[in-house]
Amino acid sequence: MKRQVPFLITLLAGIFCLIGFFVPHPAIRTFYDEIQQWVIVIVGATYVLGVANLLRINLKQVSGRERDWPYKIVLLLGMVAMMIVGFTEGSHYLDPTSGFSWMYNTFYSAMSATMFSLLAFFIASAAFRAFRIRTLEALLLAIAAFILMIGRVPIGNAIHPFIPAAADWLMEVPQNAAKRGILIGAAIGVMATGIRLILGMERAYGSSSGGGGA
Amino acid sequence: MSGLTALRKLDRRWIFLAVGLLVVVPLAVGIHIAPVQPSARARGFYDAIEKVPAGSTVLLAGDYDPSTVAENYPMHLAAARHLMRRNIKIVGLALYPGGPPLTDQVLRIAGGEYGKKEGVDYVNLGYKAGNELVMSQMGSSIPRTFPVDRRGIPVSQIPVMRGVQNYANFPLLVNISAGYPGTKEWVQQVVSRYHLPMVAGVTAVSAPEYYPYLQAGQLKGLLGGMAGGAEYEVLIQKPALATRGMDAQSLAHLFIAFMILLGNLAFLGEDKERRR
Amino acid sequence: MHLSTLPGVWISALLTLGIFSFLYKDNPVYKFCEHLFVGISAGYWVVLTYYGTIKPNLVDPLFGVPFTFDRHLLLVMPLLLSLFLFSRFFPRGDWLSRWPIAMVLGVYPALRITGFAQSDLVQQINGSILPFWVAGNAYASFNNILLVLGLLATLVFFFFSTEHKGAIGGIAKVGIYFLMVSFGASYGYTVMARVSLLIGRVMFLLDSWLGVVRF
Repeated sequence: MKRQVPFLITLLAGIFCLIGFFVPHPAIRTFYDEIQQWVIVIVGATYVLGVANLLRINLKQVSGRERDWPYKIVLLLGMVAMMIVGFTEGSHYLDPTSGFSWMYNTFYSAMSATMFSLLAFFIASAAFRAFRIRTLEALLLAIAAFILMIGRVPIGNAIHPFIPAAADWLMEVPQNAAKRGILIGAAIGVMATGIRLILGMERAYGSSSGGGGA
Repeated sequence: MSGLTALRKLDRRWIFLAVGLLVVVPLAVGIHIAPVQPSARARGFYDAIEKVPAGSTVLLAGDYDPSTVAENYPMHLAAARHLMRRNIKIVGLALYPGGPPLTDQVLRIAGGEYGKKEGVDYVNLGYKAGNELVMSQMGSSIPRTFPVDRRGIPVSQIPVMRGVQNYANFPLLVNISAGYPGTKEWVQQVVSRYHLPMVAGVTAVSAPEYYPYLQAGQLKGLLGGMAGGAEYEVLIQKPALATRGMDAQSLAHLFIAFMILLGNLAFLGEDKERRR
Repeated sequence: MHLSTLPGVWISALLTLGIFSFLYKDNPVYKFCEHLFVGISAGYWVVLTYYGTIKPNLVDPLFGVPFTFDRHLLLVMPLLLSLFLFSRFFPRGDWLSRWPIAMVLGVYPALRITGFAQSDLVQQINGSILPFWVAGNAYASFNNILLVLGLLATLVFFFFSTEHKGAIGGIAKVGIYFLMVSFGASYGYTVMARVSLLIGRVMFLLDSWLGVVRF
């Protein structure tokens, strides 16, 4: 029962969604839509589950005085503060003048954008340390990278109009050919894995991992 | 050789400092290197919106969050301005949890400039969990998938949503995308299935992946990264954030290209020394 | 220079600089910002998911309208399945959490099979059926031929059922060259993306905080 029920649920949900795609008959579509509406809610609940798990792990680390525990308090305070403000403001939580919006702009937006902007520095450092041109393959990669880096910004056109034109050609012909090859290969892979998942043939199936539609 | 040895041992923080200065100085001083030239891809984006009849309603999906705001926000704002200038109504939404406030901001700024009213000329349906599943369900019923807008007002009471049932009610889908879920999923679930014309403004990292879609006609136009945003700003004749960033962008690109060459020069010496 | 007087802008600016301090070396200020970021985003997600999805798509239709047997019976299902997810926190009941996950594992692959088949397989093959001879346009003819040959060579490279030797090996090698060009292009675009994000942050510091320039 513990293994068969999940297997049947996956099989039925998968088959209904596949049939619903090809057969738009109202009887099938009703089931198709109903199942999909349920899953939208379930996926929402998985996010809440994820955060509940984060809360649990961090509470444990704080109570056990584990490594970096004072920082975990900062994490918990941030989480709880955001939730209190959001839930007390009700459906007006996203109004431009709300406390939740203020916290979004002040904390979430500022830190998220800055975290990712750090990568600009690291990519420059990696360009110096790790980008070695020793083979023909690496040379091709480097030439394409150079043409793109210079050709996709206004300075490329200022140096010579040939550079952006070369960048366009590179993107539209050789790059496009390879990317399309990757797309087709990946599509076949996704389809095969999808069928295996629905039929319960994937090894990860039934384990406690997975989900979230990721 | 000692010069090359010193170069090999260069503290990476000097490189960090150089990158920082190459970005800060052009932005602070406001130097002007070269004008932005719109590409055929940006023109495709622009033309697709120009072809939409005034008075119709377009779906504007802002699937990004603050982590890529520098790339996606300028193109999002430019698209909202372009649509509103042409008196096209907008149904906005976001499939990234971090997205709804940005959609709100973009619609409010553009709406203020062109005298448009929330609910009448545009609406922000907010966020919905479920990624491509939401796209699939919107094909069956948008009011069922999004029963309320981001303010909690039922869509049946929102004038701009009157008559909007599914994708058949939109002449165009404008997607601003940072990755998953985004342009790829909209093409897979909506363009392929419902044949809705689509244009996309995407982060530079993901842009190369969409060239096959563009060539196959699944996308009518494509803006790649901040540079793509700048091209579109020039086309709608409203140069803004992306255009202002292009000088710093140009200099940083030159510097990184130079770093690749310098790194190869420095470590070429190392190979030779090792062989000895 | 018109330094901002808004507390929110100052907090944002200090957090921005706190995160940038990582570039010098890892330090307590960065760690503080990092943990605060994780906490704030987790709290944000819960609120957004509740108001964006759980309330309008489950709570309101279930509890906010008069009871109708058919409708409510259907709505009880996602409620139960969502609650089952949390059985993971109880060691003896955690098998129940596999039910909602099983449903997710059925629906997403089904959507992807049809989505990928249509847009990434059929339409890509369709888009590659190009004329090798475009009258009066040798450049377009050359590009079409190159695109198709490059695609075929790339596909041969990804075909591992035959050993890459002889003619197949040669074609696969050409496929690698095409792939290398595409990786180089992706690298160039990645550089562009990273630099843009930094530009965005510097614009915030110079404009909203320091008031040196208006963007």
